[in-house]
Amino acid sequence: MAKQILFVEDESALQKTFGEILRQEGYEIIPALDGEVGLRLAKEKKPDLILLDLVLPGIHGFEVLKQLKTDQETKAIPIIVLTNLEGVGDVERAIALGATTYLVKAQYSLEEVVGKIKKALGE
Amino acid sequence: MGATIATYAIGTRYIEDPITVALIILCLAAVLFIIAFIIIQGFEKLAEANKMKSEFISVVSHQLRSPLSNLRWAIELLMSGKLCKINEKEVEYFKILKENISRMGEMVSDLLTVSRIEQRKLPLKKEEVSLGDLIRDLILAFKPWTTASNIEVNFQTEKKLPKVLADPSQIRLVVENLLDNAIRYIKDRGEVKIRLLNNGKNLYFEIEDNGVGIPKEDQKYIFQKFFRSGNVARYQTQGSGLGLYIAKAITEKSGGKIGFHSEEGKGSTFWFTLPISLKESEG
Repeated sequence: MAKQILFVEDESALQKTFGEILRQEGYEIIPALDGEVGLRLAKEKKPDLILLDLVLPGIHGFEVLKQLKTDQETKAIPIIVLTNLEGVGDVERAIALGATTYLVKAQYSLEEVVGKIKKALGE
Repeated sequence: MGATIATYAIGTRYIEDPITVALIILCLAAVLFIIAFIIIQGFEKLAEANKMKSEFISVVSHQLRSPLSNLRWAIELLMSGKLCKINEKEVEYFKILKENISRMGEMVSDLLTVSRIEQRKLPLKKEEVSLGDLIRDLILAFKPWTTASNIEVNFQTEKKLPKVLADPSQIRLVVENLLDNAIRYIKDRGEVKIRLLNNGKNLYFEIEDNGVGIPKEDQKYIFQKFFRSGNVARYQTQGSGLGLYIAKAITEKSGGKIGFHSEEGKGSTFWFTLPISLKESEG
């Protein structure tokens, strides 16, 4: 059975592009366009991995991360923060909250991000 | 205060009526107070405008990054051939798109770094860094470009060098900018010589090229942001004029110094120093 990745990202263009490459790699993608939907789907589907943007409509990504990592049902799911936000202390804050890794979109190629996902999934 | 005392001293010498002297002093104090108030207001407005400009750059840069990443990844997906088969001609044009998106991305990153420097928010971690390994990595990363440009990069260093205390990603940016400039401004074929030496308390990095050099009249402006030397802009249109400004800010914030000497038509040598890690020097 294909591994499930919950992709919490408000940009539909990125959902389409990145979702496509992950499907090509054999993963099942669960798209969520905001944090609230992301939180609900994480509990419902219990995906193998969560890709989380930080700048989201409604609940901010940091709050989503905090809730996911304090909830018994979702705390064990590895979370990769995938964002263009690169403020002072953002990386440290995300790691302290429990994120597996923090990737700034602008600094990585598609191939590199896929590599990081595979690593987080233990492949 | 000094001016008030001086006025009192002069006033009592020439004017006998103490009330007149007191009035003159009061008037002078009021005028000085108003002038000081106007100057302070001016500085505050200037500081506020500068802060707003930096914040504006920061917001715009973040907003630009998202569509740029979308574009980059969409092109990479197309180029991978996983969506549909693409022919050689299409690959050629996709490469042009990708290169230009990378250039825009680099420009946005530079603007963000400048904005952080100006807001004094540039994060600098202090870690032990092997400068030699970092330089070797970068020379390797630049290899396709140097080979294509017929440029040889020689790296001379002592066998055992101590580590420096710096932020590896920021120092990488400094070396990258200096190496990029050295290669970019060499006409036709040439040579870039990099030296890394132990100066006791510091490591001394030097990069020498036989490129177009910097005209004497431009040399005093070289570390100013957005400045590009006249001969350089004629020869090579690409470049933001931010690289050396960033390199200077990072080096100085890391406790080092940066400088250069150059002769137009003969080439330039840029250098910087970085403090050696205390652990290393004690060990």
